[in-house]
Amino acid sequence: MYGQDSAKDVYRDALPVILISLVAGLFAGTILGSETMRNGIESVPGLLLLLPAFLATRGGVYGSLGARLSSGLHQGIIEPNFELDERLSNAVLASFINGMSVSVFIAVLTFGLLVAFGQTGSLVQLVGIMVIAGFLSAVLMLSVLVSVIMVGYRRGLDPDNIIGPVVTTLGDVFGVLFLLVGVYIMGLVL
Amino acid sequence: MSSAGDDLTGLSNELADSYDELTGVVEDDSFQSITEEFDAEWSVRRMVLTMVPLLAGLSVLQMASGTVLETFEDTLLENPSLLILVPVQIGTAGNLASIMCSRLSTQLHLGTFELSVTNPAVRANSLAVFALAGTVFSIVGVAAWAIGTVFGGTLALLDVFTISMISGMLLAALVVILSLVSVSGSYRLGFNPDDTTIPIVTNLCDILGVLILFAVVVVVV
Repeated sequence: MYGQDSAKDVYRDALPVILISLVAGLFAGTILGSETMRNGIESVPGLLLLLPAFLATRGGVYGSLGARLSSGLHQGIIEPNFELDERLSNAVLASFINGMSVSVFIAVLTFGLLVAFGQTGSLVQLVGIMVIAGFLSAVLMLSVLVSVIMVGYRRGLDPDNIIGPVVTTLGDVFGVLFLLVGVYIMGLVL
Repeated sequence: MSSAGDDLTGLSNELADSYDELTGVVEDDSFQSITEEFDAEWSVRRMVLTMVPLLAGLSVLQMASGTVLETFEDTLLENPSLLILVPVQIGTAGNLASIMCSRLSTQLHLGTFELSVTNPAVRANSLAVFALAGTVFSIVGVAAWAIGTVFGGTLALLDVFTISMISGMLLAALVVILSLVSVSGSYRLGFNPDDTTIPIVTNLCDILGVLILFAVVVVVV
């Protein structure tokens, strides 16, 4: 009976998901701790300031898209195929707009805080990095998330159980990686 | 007999009328409005207008942990092991919190949850969170030290391990307390804990995770 789960049962059930997110976190941490990223942090004022907000946005935007698609599939108002259904394309487009606008918002907010703290920073650089990182994450997260949910659903997996680990794992690893790409590209441009 | 038969005929006519009424209504108005409701629910405008203010608000909150990271920039750049701990700390805190909250909410719906130290659900879940945190943060302590050393860090294994374990166990305590308080609190305030607790507690734990990590760093390093 559910109510009688012992601590051992809970531990055994939760361990795989926790270990997956641990491996993802270590990957993200390794990218963050690398020589290249540390140089980036040193040369871009505000990069550490925006990091937690940027990572949390991935969960908010794509976690909610996942939950929405999963409910849509369960209700039968979304078909588990890749044809351009209006609801599916609306949800994907809305997530893209959400991801991009919040990324730009974070860049502006970070710049504002830097100015308030009396530090120097470049608004163009921060917005540029966030637009690049936000765009690349959006493309990757949207395509992987939609594919995994659709394919998983057709194979009889409950999308509600897949979204969490997929969003956490991909969001952390690729969030930090694309941030690095953004820093690199803006370094070439400016 | 005949009166019973009349009654039945009357009843069946009545049923037929109600049926017509129901199907008529469904075909005409409410089905239409249900469909419209669905379409409004799935309109780009609605999805953007609900989510963006929420996400923007959360970003403002996350700036608290960003500020802490920025303050410790020199320490972090000097010790890559600590930088590696940051995403793990953030991720694990949120995950433990979401597991604990969703399990306690289910127990609450099943009627087996009670805010008390003797409650079996409270005991089992709290113990499991501490055991999971112990497992994860001992692995993390060693892994972050090893990777950090490869990147040229100089912190000793014992230091990184201690930081990881102490901050990890404090975090577990925070997850347990916040989950218990928010699940029973949202029930008392009349909210479904499924909707309210996970976003609130996971975000709080994300932010407080970084704060705890650096409070411990200050003490140990």
